[in-house]
Amino acid sequence: MKAQAAGYALGLAALVVLPFLLPDYFLHIAIQVLIWSGIYTAWAFMGRFGLVSIGHGAFMGVGAYTSALLWNYYGLTPWLGIPLGALGAALLALAIGFACFHMRIVGHYFALVTLALGQVVALVIIAARDVTGGSLGMTPRAVGHSWYALQFPERRYFYFLALVLWLIVLAIRYWASHGMRRAAAEAIGEDETAAAAVGINVMREKLRLTVVSAAVTAVGGSIYTQYLNYLNPETVAGVGVSLQIVFAAIAGGMYSALGPSVGALLTLALTEGLRILFGVHFIGAANTIYGLLLILFIIFMPRGIMGLFERRRTARAQPQAAAAD
Amino acid sequence: MDIFLLEAVLDGIMLGGLLALLALGLNLIFGVIDVVWICYAELVMVGMYAIYWLHVYYGWPFLLAGLAAILLVAVLGVLLHRVIIEPILGSPPINQLLATGGLLFFLQSFATLLFGTDFRNVGIRLPIIELGQIDLSFSRLLAFIAALLGAAGLYFFLAKTYLGTAIRAISQDREVMGLMGVDERRIYLTTSAIGGGLAGLSSCLLVLQYDVHPFLGLTFGPIVFMICVLGGLGNMIGGVIAAFVMSQIISIGGYYTSVELSDVLAFVLFIVMIVLRPKGILGR
Repeated sequence: MKAQAAGYALGLAALVVLPFLLPDYFLHIAIQVLIWSGIYTAWAFMGRFGLVSIGHGAFMGVGAYTSALLWNYYGLTPWLGIPLGALGAALLALAIGFACFHMRIVGHYFALVTLALGQVVALVIIAARDVTGGSLGMTPRAVGHSWYALQFPERRYFYFLALVLWLIVLAIRYWASHGMRRAAAEAIGEDETAAAAVGINVMREKLRLTVVSAAVTAVGGSIYTQYLNYLNPETVAGVGVSLQIVFAAIAGGMYSALGPSVGALLTLALTEGLRILFGVHFIGAANTIYGLLLILFIIFMPRGIMGLFERRRTARAQPQAAAAD
Repeated sequence: MDIFLLEAVLDGIMLGGLLALLALGLNLIFGVIDVVWICYAELVMVGMYAIYWLHVYYGWPFLLAGLAAILLVAVLGVLLHRVIIEPILGSPPINQLLATGGLLFFLQSFATLLFGTDFRNVGIRLPIIELGQIDLSFSRLLAFIAALLGAAGLYFFLAKTYLGTAIRAISQDREVMGLMGVDERRIYLTTSAIGGGLAGLSSCLLVLQYDVHPFLGLTFGPIVFMICVLGGLGNMIGGVIAAFVMSQIISIGGYYTSVELSDVLAFVLFIVMIVLRPKGILGR
């Protein structure tokens, strides 16, 4: 146990020193890895308990556009805009989650509902082109270095912002799913009726996971926008991002705390590596390989990369499920 | 009634036929194999590219190119089942959906890699029929008729042939059919071939109306899913009804508002409907 704690402390220290050693380009990559890690981890809040959403772009889009629009049109500081965006995403998740869970919509039906939700948000953003700039996207008004506007030309600020965000997301993951809560969520993921029979409030547990996941994803979307200082429906909403989130989280391993973060590291390294290797001539190359890997992962390693390091304790779930039929 | 509104309604009916054909293939796969091919629209895109290259580049006659595309996509369907679905047939349904999601990514990006993001058109311009004051595009009418013929063909196949009966039986009770000596695997592969073939047929009809580009699947793929779910996944008749309902919403909604907002309307209606009637409009 002591060795483990020391390991974590050492890792954290390395992450704090890292931005002072990295060249600018790698710092840029590191920031993106941290932000996406937060988002993928948030997706896995739900995913690992069988609530697979293929429309998380909806929540990211709501968060990113809320804070950016409030800043551009009303000059409202992102310090308020981001929580408002998260609130919006949480309410959306609450409405959809309540409706779906109330009607016992699970599995791929639930996935398809979230897919539709993602489409609705992306299309609304495109349709409201007078306000949002439509498919061309928009640029939050730049004011240079400012804590009030949460804009920093100096990358290191964003690095620490992203690092703090990531640590908070990991803490939330721990809070939302340890002890009895984890046991309850796992029971629901395996058999809802049985879980309800032993006195678990299925609706409340599922809503908690969904709402927290949506709110955190929205914050991630906002921070990502603040960093890039640009957003469009393709990059923060839409089917593409939603599937990217699913893929990265699964590839890294959605059942482990650091799995989705490993997924973020892997996918960004892959994208950047291919970009450097092939240049811009092969625009489809990275996603072609993503697609192939996603298929291979689902078939051969559904628990992702981190699944390789898991202890045997989780293996018991499968024979039980088979025997239940 | 406003003449343009009437035109929108007619357009909607034509679109409905096409969407119904797309939904039929997907519904067949779902009903029989219990798998959602989320990459279905991408298979259609592959067919459209095949027709484009064979017809425009190699100068094959359109009908021959279309036939080749149907065959090609049917083979793709079989491969999809054999290579991707079969190894994970026993895992949770969501895994199968995600694996075909990977194929969606792959096909889309591979098309970008091979053909770039250009919009390509087969360059066949069919005449426009004038019915009084209403303009009706011949290619849409053709697509509508072909879609109905395809649906009728599928119906007779399922209702009248031995293989069709076996397919229907297996969709009703998987375990018993195995005991009755039906070779499940053969049925699944046949169904995948038919599902792929229907996607190929759709690509012949779509290529007459739309340009081909790698992201084509994203524009109508989600709508086709909504239709299948709305009709009740696996329920063919429900799917056909839902196709016409959705196409009218898109067409009439587009007449009153904008293209995007009519899609938003369709998706919102889908969410509301699925929550109210999770088993589809004809569900019990």
